[in-house]
Amino acid sequence: MFSRDKWNEILESLTSNVFRTVLTAFGVFWGIFILVILLAAGTGLENGIKRGFAGIATNSMFMWSQTASKPYDGLPKGRRYNFDLSDVEALKANVNGLEYVSPRNQLGGFGGANNVTKGLKTGAFDVYGDYPDVINQEPMDIVEGRFLNMNDINVNRKVAVIGEGVVDALYDKDEEALGSYIKINGVNFMVIGVYKKKSGMGRDIEEAQKQIYVPFTSFSQAFNYGDRVSWMAVTADDNHSITQLKSQVFDIIKKRHRIHPEDDRAIGNFDLYEQFKKIQGLFLALNLVAYFVGILVLLSGVIGISNIMLIVVKERTKEIGIRRALGASPWNIRGQVLLESVFLTIISGMAGIVFATSILAIVNFFLSNMEDNSEVMFVNPSVNLFVVVVAMTILIISGLLAGFIPAQNAVKVKPVDALRTE
Amino acid sequence: MIEIKDLHKSYKVGKNSLHVLKGINFSVKEGELVSIMGSSGSGKSTLLNILGILDEADQGTYHLDGVPIKNLNEKIAANYRNKFLGFIFQSFNLINYKSAIDNVALPLIYQGMGRKDRMERSMAYLEKVGLADWAKHKPNELSGGQKQRVAIARALASDPKVLLADELTGALDTKTSYEIMDLIQGINDEGKTILVVTHEEDIAHMTKRIVNLKDGIIIDDSMNEQVKAIQNV
Repeated sequence: MFSRDKWNEILESLTSNVFRTVLTAFGVFWGIFILVILLAAGTGLENGIKRGFAGIATNSMFMWSQTASKPYDGLPKGRRYNFDLSDVEALKANVNGLEYVSPRNQLGGFGGANNVTKGLKTGAFDVYGDYPDVINQEPMDIVEGRFLNMNDINVNRKVAVIGEGVVDALYDKDEEALGSYIKINGVNFMVIGVYKKKSGMGRDIEEAQKQIYVPFTSFSQAFNYGDRVSWMAVTADDNHSITQLKSQVFDIIKKRHRIHPEDDRAIGNFDLYEQFKKIQGLFLALNLVAYFVGILVLLSGVIGISNIMLIVVKERTKEIGIRRALGASPWNIRGQVLLESVFLTIISGMAGIVFATSILAIVNFFLSNMEDNSEVMFVNPSVNLFVVVVAMTILIISGLLAGFIPAQNAVKVKPVDALRTE
Repeated sequence: MIEIKDLHKSYKVGKNSLHVLKGINFSVKEGELVSIMGSSGSGKSTLLNILGILDEADQGTYHLDGVPIKNLNEKIAANYRNKFLGFIFQSFNLINYKSAIDNVALPLIYQGMGRKDRMERSMAYLEKVGLADWAKHKPNELSGGQKQRVAIARALASDPKVLLADELTGALDTKTSYEIMDLIQGINDEGKTILVVTHEEDIAHMTKRIVNLKDGIIIDDSMNEQVKAIQNV
């Protein structure tokens, strides 16, 4: 089937009208080009968005206490309650599959008043009382000094890790931040580290640099929180999804705080994993659209090939008649037409893939050479081998489809009639 | 070699049916050189098409080298054409984009012969028709007579039992026609059975037997004193 003669025949007939062959091939070339570019653009966008989540434990949720909305166990509705440190221990002990449970207290927040001063400068920042684990849930680069550790927690050190945004607001240029003191709500904390965050956890990345982390215990002591916990970040391990474990966590909290088992409003939560999955679903849809559009464009190219093959067969009716008079069987003829159309489809498709990937290579080159590409929502647009294999399969199948009707036409004419046409 | 009994063929033309062949009885022995004559519309081309298994008769029997030709599917028909028959056409019917030698090799491809054997054999037949030097030329670089020689080489390439020639000199001038007929006579002298359809008297007289067809029946079938074409060249 793939003898040299067959190829010679195919090349001979394709090169006998080069211009037409090229024009026809262009349809498929363009179709596969669009398909690859669309898929790659989807991947690029997906990479870009996912970079926003880079390093974040996406299998996490945040929970905070609200007010009980149902009376229960002799207690009225509208009752306020707070998580406490023993809740943290209870969750760690009783829920299987949790990786981290980080309690957190917070000062300041959205629209808060100025709460931090250093010398003559003041600023409003989020101040978190945290455990060292939090760096695994909200990854940040420590650009100077260190992050909190368990010693800080155990001996209630009044130390703080501040963001670059805080440094910009409170310090002069070239002023050393490490070792200096900042006053948070009137209490002095020594700066031991400066961080830079790559993602804003769904919030403004600029805002994410304007936070201050202090040890949970010294926070509670300094600001009189006792063992109150205002919120918790809970992360499940790789074998569990937080969305599944959520209800278990809530049940334990409800039991411990005498909340009605069906009171869903008593505990506020934000499920990062659910959001993440929604985004993943979005990209799945985007991919489907890319395939759909790409394949439809490809289809019109394939129809072009089919059309031209019909014309070729028509033009060569006499030649086909001669060949049949000389002893070509119907499958010889069909095979030739099919092979020709598959060959044309594959060659033009390959050209399309090569062209598309070189465009992508150029785009990648420029993207990676950009000074600061952290704001670009487009990272490493690319197609993987699987997509190329899929595209090739589509090409071969469509080549066969394109050739099928013309091939059938070619053998439909009786040899005697074929010979008679001029 | 060829045995035909009571052959009928009619074509549908609109609502009417046109009865072209009205009971042909005809046989050709091995080594004969037969011409079929007749005015246009006499049914001679139809007869040739049926003999060439390009068309099928409505009625009657046809045996080619003892094999009954009836209700063949296209695959077997193609195989028989390849094995038993060589065609020579008025308009040469060479494939334009193939060189002379590739044209000659075409029937051999369909026999599945290897490239090397095929090329050797094609070259041998091109030599036989005197065109060895033109092997690499495309048909549009050849004269009419040369084209017909290539066509004859092609018809001979698969070593068929019977050569069928349809007005093989129709597109050629007299001198070239005689040269071609000389070639045909030479091939016949080597023992090949040849059928020539023509309406030219002089060509017919260069064959050994003349069959006259009129309105779908054979009106005359007689041996002929063969005129050697070489005398006229």
